[in-house]
Amino acid sequence: MPETYRVAIVGSGPAGLSAAARAAQLGMSHILIEKTDHLSDTIYKYQKGKHVMATPSNLVLRSDVDFDAGKREFILDTWDRQIEECKANVRLNSEVTAITGTTGAFTIEIKGGETIQAEAVIMAIGTQGNPNKLRCPGADMPHIQYQLDDPGEYFDEQITVVGSGDAGIENALGLAADPAQRNIVTILNRSAEFARAKPANVTLLEEAERDGRISVRRETTPTDVRDKQLVLETRDGAETIPCDRIIARTGSQPPRGFVEKCGIEFTSEERSAFPKLSPSFETTQQGIHVIGALAGYPLIKHCMNQGYDVVEFLNGNADLKPADEPILAEKFSALPGNRSVDEWLEVFRENIVILRELSPLQMRELMLDGSVAAFDAGDVIFVRNDPGSSMFAIAEGSVSVEVNPADTSITVPIGRGSIFGEVGLISGRRRGSTVRAAEPVITLELSRTAALKLLATAPTADRAVRQITIERQLLQMFGSGLTPQDVTEMVEAAEAVEIRAGQNVIEEDADDTDFYVIQRGSMIVEKTIGGKPVFLSYLPAGSYFGEMAVIDGNRRSATVKAAIKSEVIKFPGDAFMRLLERNPKVRERALADMASRRQINAFVEERKESFSGAVDMYSETAKFLIDNGIGEATDVLLIDETLCVGCDNCEKACADSHEGLSRLDREAGRTYAHLHVPTSCRHCEHPHCMADCPPNAIKRGADGEVFIDETCIGCGNCQRNCPYGVIRMDPKPPKKPSLLSWLMFGAGPGPGEASYSWRKKTAQKKGLEQAKLAIKCDMCAGIDGGPACVRACPTGAAIRVAPEKFLTFTKLAEDVD
Amino acid sequence: MASKADSSNFAQAEKRRDTDHESFLAHKRMRWLKISAVLCLIVVISYFLVDVEPRHNGGTWYGYTLGTIGALLIAWLSVLGIRKRNISEGKWSLKAWTSAHVYLGLALIVIGTMHTGFQLGWNVHTLAWALMMLVIVSGIYGISVYAALPRALSNNMREMTRKQMVEGLAALDRQLDSAAQPLDRMEADAVINATQQDAFRAGLLARLTGSYPRCATKRALKAFPDGALNKHEEKVASLLRKRKSQLGQIRRHMRYKALLEVWLFVHIPATIALLAALTAHIVSVFYYW
Repeated sequence: MPETYRVAIVGSGPAGLSAAARAAQLGMSHILIEKTDHLSDTIYKYQKGKHVMATPSNLVLRSDVDFDAGKREFILDTWDRQIEECKANVRLNSEVTAITGTTGAFTIEIKGGETIQAEAVIMAIGTQGNPNKLRCPGADMPHIQYQLDDPGEYFDEQITVVGSGDAGIENALGLAADPAQRNIVTILNRSAEFARAKPANVTLLEEAERDGRISVRRETTPTDVRDKQLVLETRDGAETIPCDRIIARTGSQPPRGFVEKCGIEFTSEERSAFPKLSPSFETTQQGIHVIGALAGYPLIKHCMNQGYDVVEFLNGNADLKPADEPILAEKFSALPGNRSVDEWLEVFRENIVILRELSPLQMRELMLDGSVAAFDAGDVIFVRNDPGSSMFAIAEGSVSVEVNPADTSITVPIGRGSIFGEVGLISGRRRGSTVRAAEPVITLELSRTAALKLLATAPTADRAVRQITIERQLLQMFGSGLTPQDVTEMVEAAEAVEIRAGQNVIEEDADDTDFYVIQRGSMIVEKTIGGKPVFLSYLPAGSYFGEMAVIDGNRRSATVKAAIKSEVIKFPGDAFMRLLERNPKVRERALADMASRRQINAFVEERKESFSGAVDMYSETAKFLIDNGIGEATDVLLIDETLCVGCDNCEKACADSHEGLSRLDREAGRTYAHLHVPTSCRHCEHPHCMADCPPNAIKRGADGEVFIDETCIGCGNCQRNCPYGVIRMDPKPPKKPSLLSWLMFGAGPGPGEASYSWRKKTAQKKGLEQAKLAIKCDMCAGIDGGPACVRACPTGAAIRVAPEKFLTFTKLAEDVD
Repeated sequence: MASKADSSNFAQAEKRRDTDHESFLAHKRMRWLKISAVLCLIVVISYFLVDVEPRHNGGTWYGYTLGTIGALLIAWLSVLGIRKRNISEGKWSLKAWTSAHVYLGLALIVIGTMHTGFQLGWNVHTLAWALMMLVIVSGIYGISVYAALPRALSNNMREMTRKQMVEGLAALDRQLDSAAQPLDRMEADAVINATQQDAFRAGLLARLTGSYPRCATKRALKAFPDGALNKHEEKVASLLRKRKSQLGQIRRHMRYKALLEVWLFVHIPATIALLAALTAHIVSVFYYW
């Protein structure tokens, strides 16, 4: 009978090793199981010499193992040493394949057939997952590898890279980069196109192919891996090539499947969902605990604290307060009433409808991301046209919404338990109205990320928010006079529809009569004139369309299609018609809107008759801009190349306004009809860069700018997620000598971004070497005068525009000379 | 929390996003052209209306007035170089500065010349006037290329960056290098001459005119006349033609950039000389008062 451990810890990342160290310290019988031959594989795989950040800085580290910001090597050495010193029981090279049993008696199966018995299990396997293996005979051969640390290590080899994503292409390029290594590199792609990779990488690969440095085989899959040989299936039949080494980069299997197989439930079907957890990190499978990145905490410090905490809980320490207690206490200290953290958590959870189904652990996490505030009666909470993507919930008191900008005395109340500001969250647009406290009020403000996480994990919250949003959007669109009762029929009949970019919502000449509201994304309106689609107008989120056919009963007069991935709310036309019949004022308003839209369409059509060239140009230019991301932009830099003399003063001004690094690349980017879209941030309505930022360092600022704050850990996720390539990773350069001393004595590199070598050399000399962090345009927030790129343009070529203002006939067809 | 400052920021940003894109020449509906025209008109009319004894020259009260205005203008106009490089905070716009620089600079022709009272000679005073005219003439050239060339520059780029053009050339050279392996000695030498010629070593004249009579690529192409080419030679010839067209793009780019910048090599040194001559002119005038 083998020994039964009190606890088995699966995964030796920051969370797992912190748990093992705690268990060792407490004298609890334990085993730390690691798949690879070293501790903490995720950090181990970081690039050599990478500076690892330790955020959030206000969170205290509670662990028997030390951790502070520093070089990868130093951190790994510290952990290896301390794990050895505390005599933790570590078992390397052991991949767990299954966990079965119930609390008190778990059996952990190790690859190879061995088993380990434990009373409790802590799963700390992170989110890295296992690389997908080749699906062919011989997939277990030792010369297949799933990672390439240093392409410079291999010489005189025939290497085949399998996989057509960025990882595969970058590996292949790296292996073939230096001809002196004499490697013969082949890359296999199952399909004919490299659709999943960045265009820049594909270009490099195609060039390498033309040069004969890499052999690219399209529509080819490996079918048999043999020693020194690889059998391929190609379009023209089987083929055998010599092969010393295979690099398989075909993606990885997220660990969810394995976790679910152990009997653990997730909060939802969403890809972003996490396992359901109790306050002591216990999953729905009693006795199994989940901590760290797998539990939704990607930052090292969180992970280490949880490792400590979970072992304390297992040891029977029920009084342990989470390490974030002081942070929450400080948050709540600003509120009146002198309640304890637990009491406040309960107040918020009880009172706010959308939070009722959250567990205490989820509540804590939500409150860490949220901010609480108390307002006196009459205080302004936010002002109309403020940018803001956060959502507010009312824990106590009530607020009043000034629905009519012209007359602030007209207000609509929102009471305790409800939410407001959700339009900003969903559409990414500015606040639609000013909100004030109607009586003393306590609010919880949830940042965009926190709110989206909440909606993804709590289905009832999601439904409630959607319903409220639709109702309020209808009320707001048609102005005063409507009550929630008036739109009940519409709200109940509403249906949310996801629209792909480029997909038609309404087709010209169709005879449907649905009415639509754009909730997220944007639409373009097109009409076929003379056999060609002509761009008529651009509709941002928050606008409605489809009303013409409902009102006049004719066929659709134009096509409406999505400029970017969007979500529209579809209402049956007859419900909308009844709404208009019951409310003459709304009818009047709708007719007025319709008339002005008709006028614009007629104007463009008229022009088409007499100035066909100008209309084609306008239409093509508008489409070009939308293809280049202007449809989802809020404020974008354009360069009129009929004026640009290529002096690069915009780049220089950018660098000199921001610590010496330029956040725009004037030359790069697409051009149509002399209108150039440089590589520069578009400040998207729903920024792609925000999607996966571990410290939540990317935020939307007071002027609508998307910026990265100082908590950036330099992971590079945002850079990879940005479809426009506008984020760069670079260390902050040392300060340059002043402009005067450059002018007078030629000191330093002069205005603009200093060369890489100057930055590196000077930083080395001054001992100011810094971590590479993500940098991007912040629209010169906080700099008086606004964006430096525009101010510093000597000819007026550089302009910053908002799509709804720029994508109009007058703006696009005007002559600038 | 939200305050008035925030909403005024919004208003300011909206105004910025609303601005029509106008060139520096048309800035604010030609505001500076109008101001300069009025200034010139006043100077010209007053020149004929004001009767000074014995005749118009720099030494009369009228001459001193124009001289002071002119000197102040020159001093202010030369500050543009600093304004352009000193990216300080504030609501300045370099486009507005350039617009004012252009039109007020042109007005100096009238102000400076009227200041002389057409009394020119071989002295430091006339030197200052002549340098001023040189600066202005070079500036007029600058305005004309700024107005005419950007379109050509943009058309020639064809969405490529400078780096991509150079990389394109390097890629062609690598392909040429391997494609030329089966060729005979003489043909191979022609290819080597072509790929080894530094595309960026060109004299000022070649740069400005865009004509490169000693282009090794062009010469190499002659070694591969149409017809009578085998498969290898045909491939090399096609690569050489591509190289020639890539070189052409780079050379045109360099030409436009050179034309857009060359005048600054006159404009700025002449400005510095003008400032020196102006100082000498003023000091000597007051010294010999």
